[in-house]
Amino acid sequence: MTNNNHQRIRLEAVSKRWDDTTAVDAISFDVTPGQFVILLGPSGCGKSTTLRMIAGLEEASAGRIEIGERDVTRLPPGDRGLSMVFQSYALFPHLSVADNIVFGLRSRKVPKAERRERLARVAQLVDLEAYLERKPAQLSGGQRQRVALARSIISEHPICLMDEPLSNLDARLRGEMRREIKALQARLGMTVIYVTHDQVEAMSMGDRVILMQDGRIVQDGAPDELYSRPASAFAASFIGSPAMNLVKLAASDAAAVIDGETEVAVAPAAAAGGQLGIRPEDIEVQPIDGSGVPAEVIDEEYLGADTILQLGVGSQRLRARLPGKHSLSSGTRCRLAWAPEAAHLFGADGLRRDDLTPVAFSATVARTAGKGGAGAPSSTAGSTHP
Amino acid sequence: MAAMTSYRRMQLYGALLLLPAAVLLATFAYLPTIATLINSLFLPGFRGEPAEFVGLENYQLLIEDTTFWRVARNNLIYALGTIPTSIAIALGMALFVNARLPGRGFVRMAYFTPTILPMIAAANIWMFFYAPQIGLFNKLLGALGLSGVNWLGDPSVALTSVIVMTVWKEAGFFMIFYLAALQSIPPELKEASDLEGTSRWSFFWRVTFPLLMPTTLFVLINALINAVRVVDHLFILTKGGPNNATNLLLYYVYENAFSFFDRTYAATITVVILLVLAVVATVKFAILDRRTHYQ
Repeated sequence: MTNNNHQRIRLEAVSKRWDDTTAVDAISFDVTPGQFVILLGPSGCGKSTTLRMIAGLEEASAGRIEIGERDVTRLPPGDRGLSMVFQSYALFPHLSVADNIVFGLRSRKVPKAERRERLARVAQLVDLEAYLERKPAQLSGGQRQRVALARSIISEHPICLMDEPLSNLDARLRGEMRREIKALQARLGMTVIYVTHDQVEAMSMGDRVILMQDGRIVQDGAPDELYSRPASAFAASFIGSPAMNLVKLAASDAAAVIDGETEVAVAPAAAAGGQLGIRPEDIEVQPIDGSGVPAEVIDEEYLGADTILQLGVGSQRLRARLPGKHSLSSGTRCRLAWAPEAAHLFGADGLRRDDLTPVAFSATVARTAGKGGAGAPSSTAGSTHP
Repeated sequence: MAAMTSYRRMQLYGALLLLPAAVLLATFAYLPTIATLINSLFLPGFRGEPAEFVGLENYQLLIEDTTFWRVARNNLIYALGTIPTSIAIALGMALFVNARLPGRGFVRMAYFTPTILPMIAAANIWMFFYAPQIGLFNKLLGALGLSGVNWLGDPSVALTSVIVMTVWKEAGFFMIFYLAALQSIPPELKEASDLEGTSRWSFFWRVTFPLLMPTTLFVLINALINAVRVVDHLFILTKGGPNNATNLLLYYVYENAFSFFDRTYAATITVVILLVLAVVATVKFAILDRRTHYQ
């Protein structure tokens, strides 16, 4: 168990096909020991299927799965040396919490004394000591979740797979359990592969996020990489809340403008036909006599800590997130600005275009010559509301 | 005062809602039971004379009636022969057709077919299987060079023959309950235990079987009641013979009431049957219900 190589997981061109549908299409990745890896994606993207193939609950149609130095592609789940937490928890309803936790140890014929000792240790770890005699039906959602966790921890397998383990909990508990799972993983040095469709879980828990779409990997990197350099328009729209604004770019003179808005060039001409992405929190709203892209407020949504503005620019719509409370009646004219490095360009195929650099609002600069700094850093967006 | 009236009205309302069911139950279940109990305390009046009250004399007769004890013993063997066997076969068939196998729908239907047949029709089919000369079983034995058995005519074999037919008839019916229960067990439970390398055998005894206990209990009570209640096949197969070898309690009640015209003695046996069934059902519920997990 102490040998870290036992925990390495490698997938090589693994696919899963049912008749004529391909759920997972030749994906490959390596997980290093002790890593907390998130498989993220919308429902139907193949993330759960990938996890179940690693677990051995589904057989891979093609490709190779290695755990440690072993090829486990055709091994039964019980021989792969991993544990799993299910979305439904999969607790045995007729067994007490204690019996649920030691179920696997009994299957593996662990002696009774050792079972009791390990149970005591794990129950303390997940704070379940007072509930060991209860049946799952007598527990709250969070407690059931803990039993499921305890069951996978007690097996002392170095690898733990989690399939949307928090999706049945309410928002507050979810936040709590996120921190607990993360802390447990760090403390026990487990390798975790965690499936979720919730980007907040992915961002807050993962050391590394693998974003999937239609059975393929879209982007594989650290959470801040996915946030700051999304590899495609899909990745951009999936990470962040509210999602990144994606507006269509049209050609105009020698540059690209936001579709329907011809006044301010935002990107080089080659970007036309593609999309411009700006995160709502990177948009700075300025008075109409200021500088930037002209826009019109459509409505506002006050969320307490910040306000989300719906804005119309040309034929496109954007959202801007301003800290604090703002009262902008709909129809108010204003101007939008953002730092050039906060703007992301995507080609017509949806892929990121690093060959182009967004324009720092040359038109505005030209019109309000002397004022300068139109594309000024936007970190203080809230301070400049009309 | 007003609150009191509205409370009364609610009570009346509730009572009225219960009334139709209560009337039906009383007319067709409780009144006949009481009438039977009263009947069992009389001797039948012959030639228009009124029935004569004799207290427990009928019960005295019953205890001394060797045929009754023979029939009771038959019924016990019949119950012990049919109940565990049909439940075990039902569970086995349910597990089999619950798995992924080609033509699963067809196999399920095939297993269930005996249940759809009326008992009389099923018994007629089995008559052909059991018939001494032309019967299917004896033909098969003959093809193997073995001499045939008089399945229904030999007192030492007849009861077993009746038991086999009953098991064939009942197993498919119980299978349906087990199949429904099996399908309500979440598949993740199997997956979770697979991840720990739990063997199939161990999973069945530690998870599936305990989760099926409510069904088993239900099926057990039903099988017990059927063992005493369903005697239709005796009319076709053996008429209780030879020499009462296949006579069962309810058939004996029928014989006493409608062949020997001893209604009060038939009532006495009925009361005894009711008592025994009530005791067994109570014991089963008391012992098994506590150990049963209901979801």
